[in-house]
Amino acid sequence: MQELVRVENLKKYFKTPLGMLHAVDDVSFSIKQNTTLGVVGESGCGKSTLGRTALHLLKSTDGKIFFEGKDVTNVNKRQLRQLRRNMQIIFQDPFSSLNPRMCVKDIIIEPLKIYKVCKSKGELEDKAVELMSTVGLSTRLALSYPHELDGGRRQRIGVARALALNPKFIICDEPVSALDVSIQAQILNLMQDLQKERDLTYLFITHNLSVVKHISDEILVMYLGKVIEYAKTEDLFARPLHPYTQALLSAIPVPDYDYVQKRVLLKGEISSPIEPQKCCRFAGRCPAAQEICFKQEPKMVDMGIRHLTACHFAGQVNLL
Amino acid sequence: MKKSFKGNSKLVKSSQSKEIAYRLWQNKAAMAGLLILLVYVFLAIFADHLAPYGFDDQDLSRRFIRPSAKYLFGTDNLGRDIFSRIIYGTRISLRVGLISVAISSSIGTLLGAIAGFYGKAVDNIIMRCVDVMLAIPSILLAISIAAALGPGLSNVMIAISIGSIPSFARIVRASVLTVKEQEFVEAARSIGASDLRIIVRHILPNCLATIIVQATLGVAGAILSTSGLSFIGLGISPPTPEWGSMLSAGRQYIRDHGYIVFFPGLAIMITIFALNLFGDGLRDALDPRLKT
Amino acid sequence: MEKLIEVKDLRIEFASGKKIVKAVNGVSFSLEKGKTIGLVGETGAGKTTTALGIMNLVPAPAGRIRGGEVLFKGEDLLTKTQQEMRQTRGNRISMIFQDPMTSLNPVFTVGDQIAEGLHLHTKLSALEATVKAQDMMERVGIPAARYNEYPHQFSGGMKQRVIIAIALACSPELLIADEPTTALDVTIQAQVLDMMRNIRNKLNTSMIMITHDLGVVKEICDQVAVMYAGQIIESGSLKQIYKNPQHPYTEGLFKSLPKINENTERLIPIKGIMPDPTNLPEGCSFASRCPIADKSCVNIRQLSKEIEKGHFIRCMKRS
Repeated sequence: MQELVRVENLKKYFKTPLGMLHAVDDVSFSIKQNTTLGVVGESGCGKSTLGRTALHLLKSTDGKIFFEGKDVTNVNKRQLRQLRRNMQIIFQDPFSSLNPRMCVKDIIIEPLKIYKVCKSKGELEDKAVELMSTVGLSTRLALSYPHELDGGRRQRIGVARALALNPKFIICDEPVSALDVSIQAQILNLMQDLQKERDLTYLFITHNLSVVKHISDEILVMYLGKVIEYAKTEDLFARPLHPYTQALLSAIPVPDYDYVQKRVLLKGEISSPIEPQKCCRFAGRCPAAQEICFKQEPKMVDMGIRHLTACHFAGQVNLL
Repeated sequence: MKKSFKGNSKLVKSSQSKEIAYRLWQNKAAMAGLLILLVYVFLAIFADHLAPYGFDDQDLSRRFIRPSAKYLFGTDNLGRDIFSRIIYGTRISLRVGLISVAISSSIGTLLGAIAGFYGKAVDNIIMRCVDVMLAIPSILLAISIAAALGPGLSNVMIAISIGSIPSFARIVRASVLTVKEQEFVEAARSIGASDLRIIVRHILPNCLATIIVQATLGVAGAILSTSGLSFIGLGISPPTPEWGSMLSAGRQYIRDHGYIVFFPGLAIMITIFALNLFGDGLRDALDPRLKT
Repeated sequence: MEKLIEVKDLRIEFASGKKIVKAVNGVSFSLEKGKTIGLVGETGAGKTTTALGIMNLVPAPAGRIRGGEVLFKGEDLLTKTQQEMRQTRGNRISMIFQDPMTSLNPVFTVGDQIAEGLHLHTKLSALEATVKAQDMMERVGIPAARYNEYPHQFSGGMKQRVIIAIALACSPELLIADEPTTALDVTIQAQVLDMMRNIRNKLNTSMIMITHDLGVVKEICDQVAVMYAGQIIESGSLKQIYKNPQHPYTEGLFKSLPKINENTERLIPIKGIMPDPTNLPEGCSFASRCPIADKSCVNIRQLSKEIEKGHFIRCMKRS
């Protein structure tokens, strides 16, 4: 399989009155075509910023982004327009991500209008019908407005809009977090079907570990802007190496009566990513932290077949 | 299903505007407002046929006649029929009010949208200029502009428009700032929409409510500002009737002959009232979220 | 065991324009002292409205309680005056809300906000109230030294602890928690749930836990009531519901969840969406989405039947 997207040492800093906020700090990953890379982490870990920077919605501070082997880090306006045809995004909030003053059909065909893909009005209409049936929206809703529909249908509109230009790569920013479980399953199935049919590649951002396990081939765990573990899904869940990943996995409440889990309760809460110290960013909450963790930043090391983790005691700590 | 959808492509387009019209039609208050405005327009067009007297028929022998069957709204200090003057006044007042608001709202919206959308230096430059203009009372500003341009109807309209641009720019900017933070704007950017498209298609429609409310209030302000300018000789020169100047000219007789100011005032009030009703209805009709 | 609270056939409606939204349609359940019941369901199932009904806080004039009884230690709360209810709310029954960001008043210190309830409902002196409030803070895991800090100095998880401290300050007999951990991150949620469990066991407080997260219910509840379209469609002990779900909706909920402890290639969603609450069907409201429903389900009103001791379902196909 071919590599579609590669990101090398990507950084995104924001200027704040208190100093530089390291939202994304030195993140590298690559995604093969027709696979899904899941990005997990708690709020404020920089996962959404990562997605938006990769999509050029935010300008990166440093690092490189490759798409289909080409360096697309610094593109001009025209190249960016072409790039956007191939890279799309699905947003978290199906309420605010749709313009309340546009009807369903207009929202879906807007990308086609912008890129002047269709020659005639009739072709546009055909395309709208086709897209709506692809995502499972009844065509009688074409003239409805977003506020008249439930969350699941709205999210389908968002998916249809992202698909309109036939992109190769879609960034999914918490696409099911705002949905109820029964609807969440509908959308997840739809996204999996679309991936198979259209050979899509996903960057799937979420805080929900069960969802990310279900949909991803590989997973990136982030903490305060840093990647702390990067592995194949099976490996990560079978043998989490970083103490944060271990704590995260143990904290999920599992709705299974017989499932007993050992719980690692972390002390304190996530600290601020503004002007972080040169040390392990998790050290302050880590139950296994030692002196070196507060003094030196751990490097990413490969602990097996593409199972990377950034911990001084990788492979030696097991909290579970 | 595919066929019916395709076959209706024209209908689809027009049905949206049709729907807005229908929702407006359903709104009784808005229709009442529109009816009043239409009556005014009718009066303005056919003033020559409708007014019982000329607007400048002075006759000192019939000064200060109270409202009666012959002189519906009475006569003023020069013996002119107030009813006729109000009908003729519709021409000027309505025109000044509507046109100057049209000018100031479009320029103000444009400036506010640009400032709010681009932020940073652009915002700073535009808004500081606007602040400077706001620091000068708008009537004073209008006076100086009118003085520079000289008297005359179109100059008055220009002067008044410029004077009320700052308030539009401020309000639209504030509104744009909140709308632009919403995710659908980012979504538009991610599908490659240009800045112009984002502003026109995505941001401004969501600011309409604020703009419409400010515009209806602006009409009242414009009519009154005209009278101010006329009063100091920079506006419409007498004897051309205009509601604002009728008000200010009649002020000295307010104690004994209240009707001289009452009826022009009433005319202005009804206009604003009608505009407000219609504006509110339009705002609601344009908002698909209020569709029932 | 004595029943602390017993809700009988509670019905709540909202007027929305000309339509009537039937938010709660005959909800009945009871809770013993010291136990926790989980009200589970999706958006619009009527969980929060049920809770507001119990507190007699249904927002008037749009909302109206159309019938039923809420017996709290044998007294019907729905017949009490607002004056009498004020003495009950915050004192004997407390409620905590989902959003920790907006539930606190930004201009008062957190300590004063915890002590406020004590001033209202007890005869403690100012000093005693402060001591009690500090004690509450320690119990929910906040150092008492932070008494004089303001809400903006607290993180989300800490704010939720403050809110829990406010709710528990007067040692209420019943605590209603509306999605108390939904806005929190998983690791923080684990901390807060752990703390709530400890406090509940220590103070012997009964709890109604409203949530959409079946995992959270398993963590903290003894009993479960699954709500759908304003009705409890299945209820029973935690074990009964989790090991032996009988209603097709409950089954569907469990099947549609991606599991962390097993591998599923494909999820099994529940088809369709919840019916319009202004236009509920005559019979079973789940019929249109149900895999085992037939024509009779649509027309016949489903009654709650006990299929094993303490396990009730509203489904004629399965009972």
